Amino acid sequence: MSAQTPILDIKNLSVHFRVYGGVLKVLDGIDFHVFPGEKVGLVGETGCGKTTTMKAILRVLPTPPAVIPNGEILFKGQNVLKMSERKLLDMRGQGISMIFQDPTSALNPVFTIGQQLEAVIRHASPQNHRLSRSAIEQRARLALREVALADPDRLLNSYPIQLSGGMRQRVCIGMALSTDPELLIADEPGTALDVTIQDQVLRLLQRLVDEKQKSVILITHTLGIVRQTTDRVYVMYAGNMVEVAPTKRLFAKPAHPYTQGLMAAVPRLSGGGISEGIPGRIPSYMNPPVGCRFHTRCPYAMPVCERLKPPVFTVDDEAHQVACFLYDAPDKVQAYKQEQVAV
Amino acid sequence: MRLVSLDSLYRFVTFITQRLFQSIFVLFGLSILIFTIARVLPGDPARTALGARAPQEVVDRLRAEMHLDEPITVQYTFWLTDALRGDFGDSLVTRRAVTTDIAEFLPASLELVLFAGIITAVGGVVLGTISAQHKDTWIDNVIRILSYAGVVTPAFIFAIIFLLIFGLALDWLPSIGRLSEGIPKPPVVTGLITVDALLAGQFGTFWDAFQHLILPGVALSLGSLAQEARITRSTMADNLSKDYIAAERALGIPDRVVMTRFLLKPSLIPTVSIFALDFAANLANAFLVELIFNWPGLSRYGVNAMLRKDLNAITAVILILGVIFILVNIVVDLVVSALDPRIRLRTARSD
Repeated sequence: MSAQTPILDIKNLSVHFRVYGGVLKVLDGIDFHVFPGEKVGLVGETGCGKTTTMKAILRVLPTPPAVIPNGEILFKGQNVLKMSERKLLDMRGQGISMIFQDPTSALNPVFTIGQQLEAVIRHASPQNHRLSRSAIEQRARLALREVALADPDRLLNSYPIQLSGGMRQRVCIGMALSTDPELLIADEPGTALDVTIQDQVLRLLQRLVDEKQKSVILITHTLGIVRQTTDRVYVMYAGNMVEVAPTKRLFAKPAHPYTQGLMAAVPRLSGGGISEGIPGRIPSYMNPPVGCRFHTRCPYAMPVCERLKPPVFTVDDEAHQVACFLYDAPDKVQAYKQEQVAV
Repeated sequence: MRLVSLDSLYRFVTFITQRLFQSIFVLFGLSILIFTIARVLPGDPARTALGARAPQEVVDRLRAEMHLDEPITVQYTFWLTDALRGDFGDSLVTRRAVTTDIAEFLPASLELVLFAGIITAVGGVVLGTISAQHKDTWIDNVIRILSYAGVVTPAFIFAIIFLLIFGLALDWLPSIGRLSEGIPKPPVVTGLITVDALLAGQFGTFWDAFQHLILPGVALSLGSLAQEARITRSTMADNLSKDYIAAERALGIPDRVVMTRFLLKPSLIPTVSIFALDFAANLANAFLVELIFNWPGLSRYGVNAMLRKDLNAITAVILILGVIFILVNIVVDLVVSALDPRIRLRTARSD
């Protein structure tokens, strides 16, 4: 698989937000890629920059306040950050489409489902633009049937508030798939729903992307979902990619202290009660910790972690990478630890 | 589909009927209030009307004729009985039926306020949209400063400045009255000279009347225009960061379409509500503008009536303003519910 060129390749991307009183350094030079047909998971706690990364890929971050000081986002070899408006419109929808986190806020409240869905289909490609009204309507009905929504005719004339949360989420999925994208970004689908509905929606999504052989980025903070559905997982913490590994490997042998903490925080039916999780919380983006952004909460923190941002080290082989000084060459790690004693 | 439209037609008729029924009570209350206020004000209307040198017995006769010597409840009963028959009494100043006066002056004011309303709506939404799309740039800042200036400056200041610059110094536009001398008046259909002229096909008259409208219309509109621009700008800027806008853009809908359709519609709702208030307020604000441009409108008539304690005229003018206020609000509620399905559906459910 690694011989292929990635469909999406992000290199050293930073995103800052200029706000009143300073600059929020949210993304801090991340690397991220997706191969064609691959299902990639992205996990991390709320506020770690997952959604910001995805919005940056589609260039829908509001600028200002967002600024991108450095980095490249390559979609099929073309830099998204330098694309013309025309190219960008081609990429959005047909190339990449996205299911937003909260289906309630992701649907326009004053337009019917039909008006929104039909606009998405009409603008998906120049060919679609020439289709007749009834042909577009036909496509819209199909898109709703595909996500197992009965009575599409009534739905097309309904407004979002007339639908239940689960139905809205299905509509969002149908809308994102209606453009037949090569890469689908699913941002915590179903988090806003109750558990049983969430399960149904996720199964549906999984079935659809399997059938259509799509590349997928699945953002979630539910590790169980990642384990079931993805090939490879990125772990993100406070605007940094801290670890990436094939899914099985990550769950068998989490390397980064943060990943280990995440795994330990999952409550298990067989385990002894609810775990304590990782103490502390995500640091401020205004003045993020110098060095490794996790060192303030890390049980293994060494003096070097407060000075330097850890580079990426390899664990076992190229597929498993981690940004943590604990995985430096063994003699160096020894030196880091002695330094700690000296202090 | 057919069923749906019948259903909405039924809701529409119910809504209108309910609102009109409610407004009867509003107008009834308003009439009592204004009737009382007008009569407890100091000063004797009969004396004012006849002048200081009129003999006392003449004044007393007029007082008796106007029932001013009776208790206020009896006076009100007399007034109401007449009013229900469409007779609002005579004006003490013009010595004509108040209804005749209103029929003459109301269209002039309406024409002015409607014209100002059009400028307000179009200008406010356009400036607000431009401002929101260039949020926090120099364009936004320039529009913001101009808007603040517009909001804080009373209409009569603009009126005087426009009159001096464009009317007198540059002489670009006419600044007195509704029509130039020698231009024939079009046959009265609506009472709005521009509309009547168009209906009669008199384009020369239309052009002249239109030119007369520009200075007072713009002067009157600037305050509310600035207000609308601010509100449109802030709602739009707010909505611009909503997820649904990001979603629509992310799914490949061009920005042009997102901005002019998917962002504009939800952002217009507060603007429309404020517009109703501004429109009604402009009817009253028009007084000084009408005075400055010698515009024969209702506001000027109303204020003169108040200064002279012309009881019947005061009551009738206030009631007419009340009726217009109610109608404008009904229209705005209809527009808002057409824009916002959440309001429409909530009312439907509560029925």
